[in-house]
Amino acid sequence: MPKDIATRTFKQVGTRPLRPDGIEKVTGRARFGADFSMPGMLTGRILRSPHAHARILKIDTSAAEALPGVKAVVTARDFPETDDGLHDIRMNVMAREKALYDGHAVAAVAAVSPAVAKEALKLIRVDYEVLPHVTDVDEAMKPSAPVLHQHIFTANESPAAKRPSNVAGKYEFGHGDPEAGFRKADHVIARSFKVEAAHQGYIEPHACVANVTADGQGDLWCCTQGHFMVRAISAGLNGMDLSKLRVTASEIGGGFGGKTTVYIEPVAVALSRKAGKPVKIVMTRDEVFRATGPTHSASIDVKIGATKDGRITGAFAELRYQGGAFPGSLADMGAMAAFACYDLENVRTIGWDVVTNRPKLAAYRAPSAPAICFAVESVIDELARTIGMDPIDFRLKNAAREGTLSSYGPTYQAIGLEATLRALKAHPHYKAPLKPGQGRGVACGFWFNFGGQTCVSLNIGLDGTVALSVGTPDIGGSRASMSLMVAEELGIPYEKVRCIIADTASLGYNDVTDGSRVTFSTGLATIQAARNAIKVMCARAAATWGIPEDAVEWVDGHARPTGPNAGNFEPLSLADIAAQSHQTGGPIAGHCEVTAEGAGVSFGAHLADVEVDRETGAVKVLRYTVAQDAGKAVHPAYVEGQYQGGAVQGIGWALNEEYIYGHDGRLQNAGFLDYRIPVCSDLPMIDTLILEIPNPGHPYGVRGVGETPIVPPMATIGNAIAAATGVRMTHAPMSPPRILKALTENQAGT
Amino acid sequence: MRFESPSTVAAAAALLAEPGARALAGGSDLLVQMKSGMVQPAVIVDLKRIAGLGEIRETPDAFIIGAAVPGAALREAKALRKAWPGLVDGSKLIGSTQIQGRATVAGNLCNASPAADSVPAMAACGAMAVVTGPNGSRTVPVEDIPVGPGRTSLAKGELVEAIRLPKPPPRTGSAYLRFTPRTEMDIAVASVGIALSLDADGTVTAAKVVLGAVGPKVIIPEAAARALIGTRADAAALDALAAACSAAATPIDDKRGTKEFRIRVVGVLARRAAEKAIERAKGK
Repeated sequence: MPKDIATRTFKQVGTRPLRPDGIEKVTGRARFGADFSMPGMLTGRILRSPHAHARILKIDTSAAEALPGVKAVVTARDFPETDDGLHDIRMNVMAREKALYDGHAVAAVAAVSPAVAKEALKLIRVDYEVLPHVTDVDEAMKPSAPVLHQHIFTANESPAAKRPSNVAGKYEFGHGDPEAGFRKADHVIARSFKVEAAHQGYIEPHACVANVTADGQGDLWCCTQGHFMVRAISAGLNGMDLSKLRVTASEIGGGFGGKTTVYIEPVAVALSRKAGKPVKIVMTRDEVFRATGPTHSASIDVKIGATKDGRITGAFAELRYQGGAFPGSLADMGAMAAFACYDLENVRTIGWDVVTNRPKLAAYRAPSAPAICFAVESVIDELARTIGMDPIDFRLKNAAREGTLSSYGPTYQAIGLEATLRALKAHPHYKAPLKPGQGRGVACGFWFNFGGQTCVSLNIGLDGTVALSVGTPDIGGSRASMSLMVAEELGIPYEKVRCIIADTASLGYNDVTDGSRVTFSTGLATIQAARNAIKVMCARAAATWGIPEDAVEWVDGHARPTGPNAGNFEPLSLADIAAQSHQTGGPIAGHCEVTAEGAGVSFGAHLADVEVDRETGAVKVLRYTVAQDAGKAVHPAYVEGQYQGGAVQGIGWALNEEYIYGHDGRLQNAGFLDYRIPVCSDLPMIDTLILEIPNPGHPYGVRGVGETPIVPPMATIGNAIAAATGVRMTHAPMSPPRILKALTENQAGT
Repeated sequence: MRFESPSTVAAAAALLAEPGARALAGGSDLLVQMKSGMVQPAVIVDLKRIAGLGEIRETPDAFIIGAAVPGAALREAKALRKAWPGLVDGSKLIGSTQIQGRATVAGNLCNASPAADSVPAMAACGAMAVVTGPNGSRTVPVEDIPVGPGRTSLAKGELVEAIRLPKPPPRTGSAYLRFTPRTEMDIAVASVGIALSLDADGTVTAAKVVLGAVGPKVIIPEAAARALIGTRADAAALDALAAACSAAATPIDDKRGTKEFRIRVVGVLARRAAEKAIERAKGK
């Protein structure tokens, strides 16, 4: 751990200045994906399968191609199969032999106007042989289920799978012997749960403009969480050299993990290359729901045993996650996260990765964790009640702490779970009186967080201002946080720093903005880049003064001699050094290229009060408090925003948000009317408590904060409903029809 | 596609008789349907330029709401709000503040959605639709305009030019309640509009109960009204009302709710709406 991390006093980090992108956004001038246009630009549109599962016998595009105004048509033939590791995404971007879900792209056109493009889609004739489909995870695992892919044989199963199936893989974690643990328990509770799929629900639909010129060079503008990823896949699918395709990220109207992959970008590149003109594709909301995102849906069994004094003796969970038509449901991550909050002697988890006829899963804030947290924390809550122990005390008694061997392998360094639980217990909310019909719930949650590959460049302007280029799109106020870290490190005002998101040609590779990694990893690189620039500036001062470089130090934005022995010179400000730089060696810059390790894990605990209308099953959230460890909150307002936003998305999933499929395998609610994200009047103000237990892996102690806040809400709300009604909900979202049914069955004593 | 802004009802009716013509009042349904590709009108006939259609008129025995009056204007019409609060309950639930600046109750009626919020409320209040077409005008109860999801009894060229609401007798109260999973920006899963009148002792002398979103069009169960009439709306009467509403409902299972859920909840809503209407009738 850096020595000064716990005792360091910050001058700017921890303050709440205005975000540099704020004015543009509130005045409507910021440019999002669909706001970019070029002269002569064509409209691209995609034809999608109306079937959940169908063999594509023939695609006849001749009538569409003959329509005046149509400049290009592409199908899977335009994305030839090569052995490049992009098989699944190539097949998802454009269906090949089979359409695998309602909404799967089968062809695309570029035309002179939206009307012509729309007309052209109607002229494309696709002959389908409709096949039996499966959209439910438990159904998909049955031997009798229609099999999506003949090449999928369950991985890691012994004996090895002999027949193809929809079960792509089995993943196991844990230590000790849970069965022995259950024998030592006074109480063992086993429950089964179902959690439906949710969409990330970003406001901005996917949008891009591609322009490929006759010499094979291309530009692509798009809304994304990672333009280097977009470049890799779009260039790869189109057989282009990476350096020939420059990708620029627009402002982003929400991503939440859903924009860490591509759908339309390689298609726009292919259309533009074929048409010889720029092509813009903007998804409709219907397309966003049918063909992008969502999360897994899950079926989960949990069994936990504890002694009557509240010590957990054994824990087991089996997770069956479907992640749509391709492997990657993240059941492995879910199985790792299941019991991460607890210090357990005997724990085992099994995750099954299953494919179904649904759109391919995309990440969504702590992907895989909310569903398993709902299941585990519901059983934990029930155990605490059965034993007669306060639910926070029960969790504290079993909480993971520094030195705990986690259920997924690593041993924890300094972590903040106990601190967050204690903070919640001490909060006035925990003691506030409740009325009849109301209930209070608590749950805790975990996320791994990520570091990853990062490259930044910091340039000192001749006037003493600083330009910082980063390669991670700003999805949560990171330009403000980066500017604060630069200002802190260089000792200059925040307003003197401008942070931009540079395009793929201007920086080395950056991983996508995901894993709550940017404030941690891009922040770490930014601090290092600033320190590298300081080294250069100290060297320039040393040369000016004619003293050794190591006799110069950087304090409060100035280079100065380390002491009287070093020499007696007036300190030189950053602006002084910058102004003289043309005489002292030329431009001054700092860079950093790093694979950041040591992203500290993050824990949070949530507290909710709800009121249940027993006659309609409607749940009103009365009060909600989030406590979470941020390591170090660089810009506390955006940390609070992450806590609140994650909690709200989790509450939406807990109560109403779900993908509803008909018997025909088609999505029933592809729009915001019937896919119900909460509106403001559905929610109370979300209170936040920021705990700061420094992450030893970051120079300021930062931990990622963006994902953990969505993990506990479903369980927190479920536990509050149980407290209010005495009924344990095991199927989420806990929508009014499901709650009313459960209350009725409970009354009837079934 | 042609866009027409006639200045008289007769001219509008003539245009609406053309093939592929659609009336445009607020546009909050029509534009959405056009955008999603559901409809592609050949002629759009804007009703907002017709004199008088944007006004609420009060006569000695009625309120006449023009076809182009947006929901927001209803909320600001004090006398109407005082006379028929149930109708205002219904119209103010439609969409957002922005939508209410455009959306009209006549449009809500003619869109013929089984879940329309203003329709059960209007029907409960005894609202009549003033229908004008190539062959003149007729007046029909609003509940007779929609005949099924998206279908109306309007003949080619006919339009609803106004909604006529009678002035209520003394000690009359009305209410509209709906169930939605969200608190707003949502669509009714089940709904109930009730209007009732009391005598000086508080006995219900007249009642009309209208159910929405639990059938292909509104349902007006006579048994529900009978359960209230002649009672003081005590617990037994309210239970009978709830049971009658649940018994009359013929909902479907769909993405918005199960059949079982809608049948139960429509009874609950009826009881709650009746309680609210009675409070209002008593001037509380």
